[in-house]
Amino acid sequence: MDGIALLTIFVLSVFVGFEVVSKVSTVLHTPLMSGANAIHGVVVMGAIIVAGESPPNSLELWIALAAVLLGAINLVGGFVVTDRMLEMFKSKKPAAPAKEGGAA
Amino acid sequence: MTETHVDPTWVQLSYLVAAVLFILALKSMSSPRTARTGVLLGAIGAVLATGVLFFSGIELMNLTLIIVFLVIGSVVGLVAARRVKMTAMPQLVALFNGVGGGAAALIAVVEYLVVGSDDLLFLFFTVATVIIGSVAFSGSIVTYLKLQELMTTRPVVIPLGKWITILVAAATVVGGVWLIVDPQQWLLWALLGLGLLFGVLFVLPVGGADVPIVISLLNAMTGLAVAASGYVLDNVLLLIAGTLVGASGTLLTNLMAKAMGRPLTSTLFGAFSGTTAGGGGTGTDRPVRSGSANDVAIMLGFANKVILVPGYGLAVAQAQSTLRELADLLTEKGIEVDYAIHPVAGRMPGHMNVLLAEASVPYEQLKEMDEINPEFSATDVVLVVGANDVVNPAARTDQSAPIYGMPILDVDAAQQIVFLKRSMRPGFAGIENEILFDPKTTLLFGDAKDSLTKVVSALKSV
Repeated sequence: MDGIALLTIFVLSVFVGFEVVSKVSTVLHTPLMSGANAIHGVVVMGAIIVAGESPPNSLELWIALAAVLLGAINLVGGFVVTDRMLEMFKSKKPAAPAKEGGAA
Repeated sequence: MTETHVDPTWVQLSYLVAAVLFILALKSMSSPRTARTGVLLGAIGAVLATGVLFFSGIELMNLTLIIVFLVIGSVVGLVAARRVKMTAMPQLVALFNGVGGGAAALIAVVEYLVVGSDDLLFLFFTVATVIIGSVAFSGSIVTYLKLQELMTTRPVVIPLGKWITILVAAATVVGGVWLIVDPQQWLLWALLGLGLLFGVLFVLPVGGADVPIVISLLNAMTGLAVAASGYVLDNVLLLIAGTLVGASGTLLTNLMAKAMGRPLTSTLFGAFSGTTAGGGGTGTDRPVRSGSANDVAIMLGFANKVILVPGYGLAVAQAQSTLRELADLLTEKGIEVDYAIHPVAGRMPGHMNVLLAEASVPYEQLKEMDEINPEFSATDVVLVVGANDVVNPAARTDQSAPIYGMPILDVDAAQQIVFLKRSMRPGFAGIENEILFDPKTTLLFGDAKDSLTKVVSALKSV
């Protein structure tokens, strides 16, 4: 795609990015940050692409595979931890106070 | 940019759907009612895009290895996210963010080595990805170490640190420009190293309460690195997703800084000016008034209005449910009870709300700072459980304190103040709290959960 088209997409995305979070309440700052963090985990796609074009058994391949590993951690971990945070916000009946193990 | 492969239309349309899902996800996560749906939408978008990639007709060598590493990474992420205690969650988010930035930097390195190009824009975005990604990586690692308390939580000021940082920043910019003008492989590695070094230097001087703001900023930076990598790889979805996160993250960082009353510039450059000497003395030999659980129960039992101020210490002791039990008991006795939630109670904006929601505290009883502050003067007893910095008047008066300028809960306006504390040790920001020595303050030492349990049982017999 040519440079101007990419620039257009970039600029419009900046405005959308500002707009969608402009009305967030303080309470949701942390979950929202965590959610945004998970979304940039799609970087794993880029890692897969470069791993797929690296010559087998090359240094480049191993660097790319490290990127795949890191990207996958970002993506999967990011979404799961955000979901755990937000799970707490759903209204539920008073739970038994026995559950205090920490980790769910 | 690789010119060899053009995605088929259906693939491009799938990426468009994924991009829309990401936008909807961010939008939904801005409201408590739709937030969980938002996570789901985002996850669907990510799975769709990654899945489509494998069938897009793009030539992928090393497929088995790719899938193996993809699975290992997913399992590591899943287990870490499932196992982490809610109290330790901010540093895990920092870590996830860091590895994302690292991945972006490595992608640009590989693309440069394998494909390469003399195109100026390709080189510019490669340089941008490598620098921003590596800064986000090493910076996030340092914030992780700080929040996990594996290193000091106070600002670290190294001698001549300001000048070293400026020097490294200048070298990074010069190296970047050089690489664009005259592409050489060793320069790319040098840039990676300089970026990592700058990330460390950038975060080291940030202390205590400012750490969450920096995490948010690094999150936005990773977004930008991902966007730049999208340009390098000619992948529109990476460009859109990264830009969305970069833009929303920047705004979010600003909102957070505002909620804490910290101009962003003072967070980032405050430590450079070397004004972080506050709180050297421990002063633990000054007289304080400590009481028993019984005393506290009596004070609470005969009050008309009680405000509870939960802090990180409460979360560490896993005492949220016991606190709720106490609140229920007081309410039964006809006493008015509210929770005062400082924007950064816990370790991050909204962290305490998550922790209390975990203990089924009704959402309506949680009052935000601006709402509750006028009520303290009409309050009989304020019970501060494991909080310190967020009620420290030094934020109002002591210009040398690292938390100076942060809005605090005005607990000192109440008739009586009770602190449940483990010890006289100062809070995360490492500064003395004058309220502890106030004559109307009573201290109950011990683990927050033990203390609360004792107060609850004493209250039952009052």
